[in-house]
Amino acid sequence: MDTMEYIDMFLDESREHLQAVNDHLLVLEKNPSEVSLVNEIFRSAHTLKGMAATMQFEDIASLTHQMENVLDLIRNEKLSVTTEVIDITFEAVESLEKMVEDISRDGTGKKDVSHLVSRLEQIEKGSSPETNNPAQKQPPSSASFDISLDEYQGTVVNQAKEQGYQAIQLNISLKEDCVLKAARVFMVFEVLEEAGEVIKAVPSVEELEQEEFDRNFSVILLTEEKKEVVLEKILKVSEVEEVTTASFTPAKEESENSEKTSNESESENESAEQSQQRSSKTIRVNLERIDGLMNLFEEMVIDRGRLEDLSQKIGNKDLSETVEHLARISQDMQGMMLTMRMVPVEQVFNRFPRMVRGLAKDLNKEIELEIIGAETELDRTVVDEIGDPLVHLIRNSIDHGIETPEKRKEQGKTEAGTLTLRAYHSGNSVFIEIEDDGAGINREKVMDKAIANGLLTRDRAEQLTKDKIENLIFSSGFSTAETVSDISGRGVGLDVVRSKIESLGGQIAVESEPGRGSKFSIQLPLTLSILSVLLVKVADEIYGVPLSSIEETVLLNKEHIKYIQKNPVMDFRGKVIPVVSLAEILNTPGNEAADSSVKPVVVVKKGEKMAGLVVDSFIGQKEVVLKSLGSYLQDIFAISGATILGDGGVSLIIDPNALIK
Amino acid sequence: MENTIKVIVFQLHNEQYGVNIQQVRSIEKLLNVTPVPGTADFIKGVINLRGDITPIIDLKDRLQIGKTEYTDHTRVLIINIESIQMGLIVDNATDVLDIEQSIIDAPPEVIGGVTEEYLSGVAKIDDRLLILLDLERILNFQELNEVEKAAAKQL
Repeated sequence: MDTMEYIDMFLDESREHLQAVNDHLLVLEKNPSEVSLVNEIFRSAHTLKGMAATMQFEDIASLTHQMENVLDLIRNEKLSVTTEVIDITFEAVESLEKMVEDISRDGTGKKDVSHLVSRLEQIEKGSSPETNNPAQKQPPSSASFDISLDEYQGTVVNQAKEQGYQAIQLNISLKEDCVLKAARVFMVFEVLEEAGEVIKAVPSVEELEQEEFDRNFSVILLTEEKKEVVLEKILKVSEVEEVTTASFTPAKEESENSEKTSNESESENESAEQSQQRSSKTIRVNLERIDGLMNLFEEMVIDRGRLEDLSQKIGNKDLSETVEHLARISQDMQGMMLTMRMVPVEQVFNRFPRMVRGLAKDLNKEIELEIIGAETELDRTVVDEIGDPLVHLIRNSIDHGIETPEKRKEQGKTEAGTLTLRAYHSGNSVFIEIEDDGAGINREKVMDKAIANGLLTRDRAEQLTKDKIENLIFSSGFSTAETVSDISGRGVGLDVVRSKIESLGGQIAVESEPGRGSKFSIQLPLTLSILSVLLVKVADEIYGVPLSSIEETVLLNKEHIKYIQKNPVMDFRGKVIPVVSLAEILNTPGNEAADSSVKPVVVVKKGEKMAGLVVDSFIGQKEVVLKSLGSYLQDIFAISGATILGDGGVSLIIDPNALIK
Repeated sequence: MENTIKVIVFQLHNEQYGVNIQQVRSIEKLLNVTPVPGTADFIKGVINLRGDITPIIDLKDRLQIGKTEYTDHTRVLIINIESIQMGLIVDNATDVLDIEQSIIDAPPEVIGGVTEEYLSGVAKIDDRLLILLDLERILNFQELNEVEKAAAKQL
């Protein structure tokens, strides 16, 4: 079967199920007695197994299968939920995720899971004495195993009986000094297969072959021959000490059980159907299609700009009205299209509970993770990119921020540290905050480190405000942890985080209170592709400045430009801010307007900081489609991208963040 | 046919150069180019090519054999290599030729002032000499970024 066309579906659903397993496991850990949760997890694992087997990803199937076995024991209350069980299940889920990711990158999805499988098996076996209680009651020499059949085997036995076969349970003991147990087992099985069909062996055939049994084992044989005949034949095999037989009837209880399970599986099916019905109001759309639609729409926005230009030139009333209407409609369309691309930030946050749990364990810390506003929506592209920086910040908070329980106790804090992950909308931005109640940032240490690393001089350091010092940690080559741990990396961290966030058009800042904790806040734009800009003219070129970073536009009289240490500054509402000429920064030739006495200035802001950009003239506000300059032109200073204007020409978009230091 | 390649023939100064037609998306007249500040000299800027922002470089400048003076014959070869699209300014794009692999020789060390590293071979057709360019090498943007950085430092 060609399964390739289902691969996307498989990947999507696998991720969903793994996420579900994850979530439920976390809850289960807190409420170990909640059997319904185990059922949920079991269901997800079961579905996963089925899908993986269909798609021929055997490693996934075998691991989920083993998980299922353990879960089954738990839900039948034969095994209790211990940390060990949870840990190993988490590990299994992690491996599964890795395999799924591998497949999504066109990999084979293969991974050595034998280690995990065997550990799960051990857990499963660890509980077997409970299930095999009757074995202990019998004298050891003729120990038998209470054999229970699953539904399928039960049916086989019943059918065989109808056809005149009989089911015999044989309890076989080998001699104590038997050396080649596996060989003897093999010989016994050969005899048995001759006589009929072995439908079940306890311990399992594999275990028997690997000599993983003491010296007793039991089998159920379907045969037409008489018990005695079979018995005799087995005793002919050397080193067999004793064989006892009993005719085997599947216990009533068993069949009831199996009925129960079949009922359960029916209800599973029902609930699956129900959930399908419930979700019928949404459809899965390939992201590529939405991106395709978005691209087409961008083209249309460009043409709309062109039409607006033309209609203004022509000056026909009807035409302008139509164009205006078109503009309004496309505005609405744009809004809708953007919401289509929006996904809840939950998608990223989801993976954190487990990560935090794991890290806390590794570091022997106690951490409560609180997630607020997971439903906040963000552009898909941003969500895809924001994961890594967040991981980094969280690791940082856990590793460097939150103290060990002992230390916390000493300082009169609760033993468990709290890590809060918060997302919310504000204006045209989304804020994500990571707050911990740990040690906070040690400013002295930051300063010393910055000086040691040559980031600033002692004199300058004295003058820095507390804010500035804290934000030094985003400079490159910085890490304050005395020992480098593999949790939070090697000091290449926060500057990478910062540049990543800035490349997404966002900003990051940190606030901290020594001894009380620190808060990293990330501000991100709602969307990346369409933005409002102010078009300005510099020399012969038109540039766009994003409205989101413009504080105000002013006409500045030349005399009002003052100089501080030869650097031009201006007075803006009582604040002294630097003035820079855009023409100089962009190195554009032929600056004609330089001599005029009144200069148009765009005041841009980055956080609290502001600067005035001198331009030649303002043109107006416009919605434009931000296009990247491509991989060939990367990292160009002060340029965040380009756009196509109504006349078909290309304008560059200024990145004011780069201009304010 | 397996042993022949189709090349687009163009001129730089008076030499004839060729690039594999597979890598060429179209040939355009030189449109108005928007300069991009802070980039290397040979990057002339970007153009709007049917909605795609496309960087344009002066091929002569890139090969360090002078600069192009724009004339009516000046053309832009739009090339696509590994998802990068860009335009090369050339003096004239004249011809499409089928070349047999067998007549392509390894490049001599320096030809027409272009160093060997940018060439993939030389083909001799009748009495003409056709220099085949290694576009991937020319567009190696990692090296290019270094060039950019060097340029930025000078600023």
